[in-house]
Amino acid sequence: MDLENQARIKGFADKYGKDLVIVLGAGEAQAAELAAETVTKGDPTYAGPLAGVQLELPVYHAFELKESVEPGVYEDQAGMMEMVLDVDALNEAVKKFRA
Amino acid sequence: MSFPVIKGASYSLFHTPEMTVHQGSNQTTERYMNPNSEHFKNLQKSLRSFDDFVKYPPNQVYIGNIKPDMLKCHKRPWYEHPMEVASTDGNFGAIYTEEELIALVKIVDVFDLVVLEESFQAATKVKLEKRQELQIIDKYLSKLDNKGVDFAELESMVNEQGAEGMYYSGRLVGCVKKAHAFDAVLTAHVMFENLVSKATAVVNLLQMFTKTKLRPRDIDYIIETSEEACGDMNQRGGGNMAKAIGEICGCVNATGSDTRSFCAGPVHGLVQAAALVQSGIYKNVVVVAGGSTAKLGMNSKSHIEKNMPALEDCLGTFAIHVSENDGISPIIRTDVVGRHTIGAGSAPQAVITAIVTDPLDKANIKLDDIDKFSPELQNPEITVPSGAGDVTLSNLKMIAALGVKRGDFLKEDMERIVNEKGMTGYAPTQGHIPSGVPYIGFAIQEIMNKKLKKVMIIGKGSLFLGRLTNLFDGVSFVMEENTVSEEETTTVSKDEVRSIVAEALKNLAKSL
Repeated sequence: MDLENQARIKGFADKYGKDLVIVLGAGEAQAAELAAETVTKGDPTYAGPLAGVQLELPVYHAFELKESVEPGVYEDQAGMMEMVLDVDALNEAVKKFRA
Repeated sequence: MSFPVIKGASYSLFHTPEMTVHQGSNQTTERYMNPNSEHFKNLQKSLRSFDDFVKYPPNQVYIGNIKPDMLKCHKRPWYEHPMEVASTDGNFGAIYTEEELIALVKIVDVFDLVVLEESFQAATKVKLEKRQELQIIDKYLSKLDNKGVDFAELESMVNEQGAEGMYYSGRLVGCVKKAHAFDAVLTAHVMFENLVSKATAVVNLLQMFTKTKLRPRDIDYIIETSEEACGDMNQRGGGNMAKAIGEICGCVNATGSDTRSFCAGPVHGLVQAAALVQSGIYKNVVVVAGGSTAKLGMNSKSHIEKNMPALEDCLGTFAIHVSENDGISPIIRTDVVGRHTIGAGSAPQAVITAIVTDPLDKANIKLDDIDKFSPELQNPEITVPSGAGDVTLSNLKMIAALGVKRGDFLKEDMERIVNEKGMTGYAPTQGHIPSGVPYIGFAIQEIMNKKLKKVMIIGKGSLFLGRLTNLFDGVSFVMEENTVSEEETTTVSKDEVRSIVAEALKNLAKSL
């Protein structure tokens, strides 16, 4: 995950604690997994501000939230990408980082 | 309406393994954070030889020796299956060594900032003198006649005076000095990046003069579309890279300017070029861009992890010639220009709608009428191992998926549409280089050979990287078979005659 984004998430986590929910929009399972790991177990590359920081934040891929979003909005924002990306692989990659 | 045409395109590559190690931003960051990092040892071992680089199939596509479609059937991974027949000379340009590039950086330097070690300079000069395209700038080649410096002096410049070292085959052979005592945008590193960008753009424009009928004196305007910025502390991006490139190339009748929009810059440049030509302001406009050293080895850690060669070991360049309608070359449909407007939204669907389907709908062209889509053409062998996916394929799938949602295509036809109307990415991950434009050379050939009728060129840019806006960017245009006869381009068209007669009748009626 981008070092700048790591710093921002760390800042939000300090401010909001466990009330913070992370929603990912990654297009590749590998990238989604890395991001999910970073906001739960810490930065696996040990390069950014979340290196060694276990935030254990609840993390979801945007596709997992389909039922929680107004259908018209979901269709406009993510409907097309559902046909393009491997939705199951993305959801699985993120799900395993939720307790 | 007489549309402007794309008359020619040139593409060249520069193999730069040492610049990857010393100047790629991933490596300069690592050196700053962890100077003894294992990454440097691993990277050194993962660099390719020049021969491997030349035989790498996507590189042969880039310079025009094989068509992109041939990559689909070439066994993967491509780096393990080199071309049996490969050349440094391509239909569209050429492949240069790092040795040649370092000397070229000195050739294009007009402020005596570049210094080369004397034996390196003498040996490289002999090699460059044999290059036909460089004869066009022979007066600049003579810069290599001046005596170089000895190694001790060079070492002192790099180690004690903050010069940016240039290396070839593991040894220090030259440097770029800082251009100001403390100006942060005239440091040795920034000057190095800008001079390399200039040198690569210059050589590739010279390639255009040797491969097409365009001559330096014919050019009226140059639009430079790289992602570098030249200026000083009072005007960081003041410019003008375009004129700096044109000056060396002998484009004495041209002026020019720089256009920026991250990776979308080149397509913006081409739309501007088309407008300048169609309006009659200029007859011949070239859109050019040199390579970016910062992006070298960006994903090298991922490549090393997966026991692959560090494939981001080169700089890419391009030049596209836009001209008045000659009745032959493919036209740019300036009435079918896609643009991602500020209010369009940044969701992928909104972006693809704005830059692909909106302009087609406006011109009553069906999505299926486009024979080829040329979106971002990043080589997937570079991006997939780093988790960024197959960028070209994703873009093509997005276009097909939008077509399905709109009812242009059936869902079961998506794969076929992607295969038929798309291609495999093959361009180096140099940001502005892969963004739509690499296919223009092939599009000219295929359209003129009647294999394709309409090709859409798409550029996209991540503006949020500049931290001034969260907006995305995208722009597109359609290249099409030229159906205007030569006679019509040189004489008055029927429409114009009708309009003249109507005007005369109006005037007559008034006088009566």
